[in-house]
Amino acid sequence: MNFPLEYTSGSMIIIGGFFFGYFLEVSGLGSPRKLNAQFTFRDWSIFKVMFVAIVVAAVGLWLFDILGWVRFDALRVQTTFFWAMAVGGALLGAGLAVGGYCPGTSVVGFFSGRLDALFFMIGMVIGAWIFAAGFDDLQGLYLAAKGVNRETLSTLTGLPTWLILLFLSGIALVGFKMGSRIEAQENSVIKAADLDR
Amino acid sequence: MKNKVPKEFLSPLAAGLGLGLALMFMFLITGHGLGANGFFIRLSAWLSNTVVPLWTENNNFFYTMRGDGNPLNAWISWEIAGVALGALAGSLMSRRFRFKIERGQSIGRITRLILAISGGILTGFGAQLARECTSGLGLSGGATLSVAAFVFLIAFFVAGIVVSFISRRIWQ
Repeated sequence: MNFPLEYTSGSMIIIGGFFFGYFLEVSGLGSPRKLNAQFTFRDWSIFKVMFVAIVVAAVGLWLFDILGWVRFDALRVQTTFFWAMAVGGALLGAGLAVGGYCPGTSVVGFFSGRLDALFFMIGMVIGAWIFAAGFDDLQGLYLAAKGVNRETLSTLTGLPTWLILLFLSGIALVGFKMGSRIEAQENSVIKAADLDR
Repeated sequence: MKNKVPKEFLSPLAAGLGLGLALMFMFLITGHGLGANGFFIRLSAWLSNTVVPLWTENNNFFYTMRGDGNPLNAWISWEIAGVALGALAGSLMSRRFRFKIERGQSIGRITRLILAISGGILTGFGAQLARECTSGLGLSGGATLSVAAFVFLIAFFVAGIVVSFISRRIWQ
C-alpha cells in the first residue's frame, strides 16, 4: 500500500464528502440550536463528535504510518501562525454563537432544509471578500508568530506520538464523561423531536 | 413533512467513529483532510471576478486563491458536493428534513436572518485569517496532531463560550 493516493478530483472525493456530511447530519450538528447548546454546556455533541473523530483518525493514521502503509511526510500538516489562527478561531467561535454555524455545518444545515444556513453562507462570501479587500493591511497579523514548519504536539514537546495519542484519548474520555453527566443532570440534550417545536 | 416523526440522532460516539473514519479515508486518498472554507473562498473570488474583474485580478489574496478561476476545478468543490448529498441523504432517510428558518423563540425570522448573515461575515473573515475553518484546521489538523489545530480549537471554544454569555438568548 502506498497512501496517500493524492487524488485531486473524482468520485472518491465525493464519497469522502458524503460521509462527512452524513455523519454531521445524523449527529444533529446541522442544527444551529444544537451547535450553540455546546457553548452553554447544555449539549456536548460538538466536543464529543469532534474529539472522537480526531482520536480515531489520529490513531488510524499513526497505525498506518507504523505499518509503512502511508507516507506521513506526504500528509498535510499545517504550520502555526499563532495570532492569525487564534484570532481567526475566536472569530469562528463568535460567528457560531451569533450566526449559528461554521462553514461545514452551514452546508449540512442548508441541505437539510434550513434557509438561515443559506444566509450564513452569503455572509461568509461577504466576509471572505472583506478579508481580501483588507489583505495588504492585515499582513502583520496574518504572518505574526509563525511556528516551526509542520509542527506537531509530538515535535513541540519531544514526547513520542503514542503518548500524545494516549493523552488526547484521556482528554476525550474525561470530556465525554463530564459532558454526559452535565447533560443528564440538566436533562438538556437537544433531541431530533425538540427541533420541531 | 411536518407531521412525520423524526428519527432520533445517532449517538455522538457512533457518529464520531464514522466521522473519524471518513476523515482518515480522505487523508489516505488525497493527502489532506476534510474542509469547507476553501469552497467559500473560491466562490467569493469567482463572484468578485464576475462583478469587478480588474479589481479581483489585482487583489493579492484572491490572486493566489483563485486557481483556475472556476470553483469547480478544485477538490474542495467535489467534496462539498458530497457533503450536500450526505446531509440530504441523512435528513431524508431519517425524516428530519424540514424547510424552515431555525431560530430560538425569543427572536423573529427577519432578526434571525440578519444574525445569520452577520455571523457568516465574522466566520468568512475569520476563516481566511486562520487560513482554514473548524473542519479544515480543527478537525483535519487535529488528526495529524498539528499544534496549529489546537491553537485554533482552544480559541474557537473560548470565544464561543464568552460570546454566548450575550448571545445565548438568541437560541432559547
